[in-house]
Amino acid sequence: MLAPKTFSGGLHPPTIKTTADKPIIALPMPDRVILHVSQHKGAPAKTILKITDKVACGDKIAVAGGFVSAPVHASIAGTIIGAGNFMHPMGVPSQAVVIERDKEAHMTEYNYEDGLALSPEEIKQRIQESGVVGLGGATFPTHVKLTTNDTSKLDTVILNGAECEPALTTDHRMMLEHPDEIINGLRLVMKVLNVKKGIIAIENNKMNAIELFDKKLAQDKEIVVQPLITKYPQGGEKQLVAACLKREIPSGKLPLDVGVVVLNVTSAAYISYGVNYKMPLIERTVTLSGNCVKNPGNYLIRLGTTVANFIELAGGLKDDVPVKKIIMGGPMMGFGLFDLNVPIIKGTGGILCWDENEAAMPGSTNCLRCGNCESVCPMGLQPQLIKKHTDHRNWEDAFRLSVMDCIECGCCAYTCPAVLPLVQNMKLAKHMIHQQSIKDRKK
Amino acid sequence: MNIIMAALFLGLLGLLSGILLSFASKKFEVKVDPKIEEVMQYIPSANCGGCGYPGCAALAEAIVNNGVSISLCVAISKRNADAINKIMGVEKNANDNDPLARKAALIRCQGLNTDEYKNFEYAGVKDCQAAVLLQNGPWKCPHRCLGLGSCVNACPFDALKMGPNNLPVVDEAKCVACGKCVDACPKQIIELVPQIKTVHVLCVSKDTGKDTIKMCKIGCIGCGICKKNCPVDAIVIENNLAKINYEKCIDCGKCVEVCPRKSIIKESHQDI
Repeated sequence: MLAPKTFSGGLHPPTIKTTADKPIIALPMPDRVILHVSQHKGAPAKTILKITDKVACGDKIAVAGGFVSAPVHASIAGTIIGAGNFMHPMGVPSQAVVIERDKEAHMTEYNYEDGLALSPEEIKQRIQESGVVGLGGATFPTHVKLTTNDTSKLDTVILNGAECEPALTTDHRMMLEHPDEIINGLRLVMKVLNVKKGIIAIENNKMNAIELFDKKLAQDKEIVVQPLITKYPQGGEKQLVAACLKREIPSGKLPLDVGVVVLNVTSAAYISYGVNYKMPLIERTVTLSGNCVKNPGNYLIRLGTTVANFIELAGGLKDDVPVKKIIMGGPMMGFGLFDLNVPIIKGTGGILCWDENEAAMPGSTNCLRCGNCESVCPMGLQPQLIKKHTDHRNWEDAFRLSVMDCIECGCCAYTCPAVLPLVQNMKLAKHMIHQQSIKDRKK
Repeated sequence: MNIIMAALFLGLLGLLSGILLSFASKKFEVKVDPKIEEVMQYIPSANCGGCGYPGCAALAEAIVNNGVSISLCVAISKRNADAINKIMGVEKNANDNDPLARKAALIRCQGLNTDEYKNFEYAGVKDCQAAVLLQNGPWKCPHRCLGLGSCVNACPFDALKMGPNNLPVVDEAKCVACGKCVDACPKQIIELVPQIKTVHVLCVSKDTGKDTIKMCKIGCIGCGICKKNCPVDAIVIENNLAKINYEKCIDCGKCVEVCPRKSIIKESHQDI
């Protein structure tokens, strides 16, 4: 095992990974799914089917709406019974297709074919067709990351198994239960990019995963397993590259600019399925956790299942503990849901059902200028100064303090003794500066 | 002796630089139209930008150099406007006699304030735009006033303040219709309407009637009853929303009586 590495800044919130030893359970298929055309970063997909059309499981129901976009596939076999605006987990109604399950339909069979024997172009084509996006939560279409004109600068592919978000354990379980698919996915990506060095980076609170990969890759010369010190946000792209390779990604640039491609481990597993079996991304593992849940654990669920249906299939909520807050994603970067009839989308890593104690929200007071936020910011920003400028709607000065580099990890707000909503201030400033730049460009 | 030398030297230096400066002031003189300075005396100097020029000085320059009318300035009083017209030798402003020209901001939402119409409790940054970024705000109706006071903070004339029901209230005597609040509102609720008119549609929901009923008790559903009952055809229904044409409206209040949703109201007070 290599010596663990890390980046500067960050902090260590309680991990509360209570579901780390719960194996992934495949849940029965839902009777109805809602599939949004916008489940990824970039342009929404375009629907190609109409109401009353019959679909088989894995059929494409929407094609990519541009280069930075991904197709959407039917996650169950059945009939399209609705199309239009449905509530998106982000809280705004957006375009979606509803499929009702046909109970007699056959399971679609997928035949194995060795993906490593294919040409790089063919592999990339299959990844694009399978609709794989960054499953760590950022949902950036994977094939875009693999497209570059200049491969000479590229030298490393990093698989991100840090899973630094508290409470989430899906990547951990995927690494323990599907290590071969993950390694195969990494090899496929390395073949596409013609890169000879692969790193699987795992935080050292998941020793069993590190040992498993160490054993599997003992004879391998190209791929190394890099343990990382457990710290939030170790799984951020920029923090991961800094920890593994000591390279800093310049402001406004991508890992590609320093010769690195970063992929999530679960994405790698689905790349392997997409290329070897031509199986599109129609399911994912979701951690269900929190005090209000009867059976916390990791569940394999079809995309498009509503959150209410998912919780019910997984055993439901406790009767005696009232729910205070339901969060989609992790506690640090996830967002609260007000409507449980929203579907699970490609980026959903967890559903947390919190009671009064877990969701307690102390009121905020005034800034103390203690500087805690500055010492934990992994990007080296000054959150308290940026907040001051955004309070005065002084976007120019916020821009000068590099607010656009904020990765919205939430470290500053977590550590703030005055409980100020610092990340929301950052998001507001980023939005306003973005709007301003669009306006200026039009002039 | 030393003192005399020093005084002589400094005196000479002063004299020389004085001559130099007086020469330079003649040679490099920037000619400013004295009229601009005169006009500046009467302009409000609030720099609200309501006229479309970058500040009051720019408007003064445009008035003198390009013959722009002072009626562009929304903040100026009648007396000062007359004074500027006198300086410029202009008889009268084109819209002096137009009673609809004097406008004020109108908050087009009645802000139903019950938990029934709420999606979640909002506890974040006190800024409307920030609340919109978080799942479009805490209210079920996507057009409801968020009540966090971005327009109040934007008003340079202190004409807006937060009132009951978390709704901003316009002080029509102070409002000069500069339009800063209109820009600040992320929900496009605020509109500039003629101050003399008292009948207004207080809703901006362009959703279908079915959706609006679900989200609000007093939102306009575009049923068209007001349009049918209007004696002067001043109301049009556009995108499920009633709209009053203020040029035709006679303020009779018939539509207020017939509106089944109570979305149209008649203001009780009048400042003019």
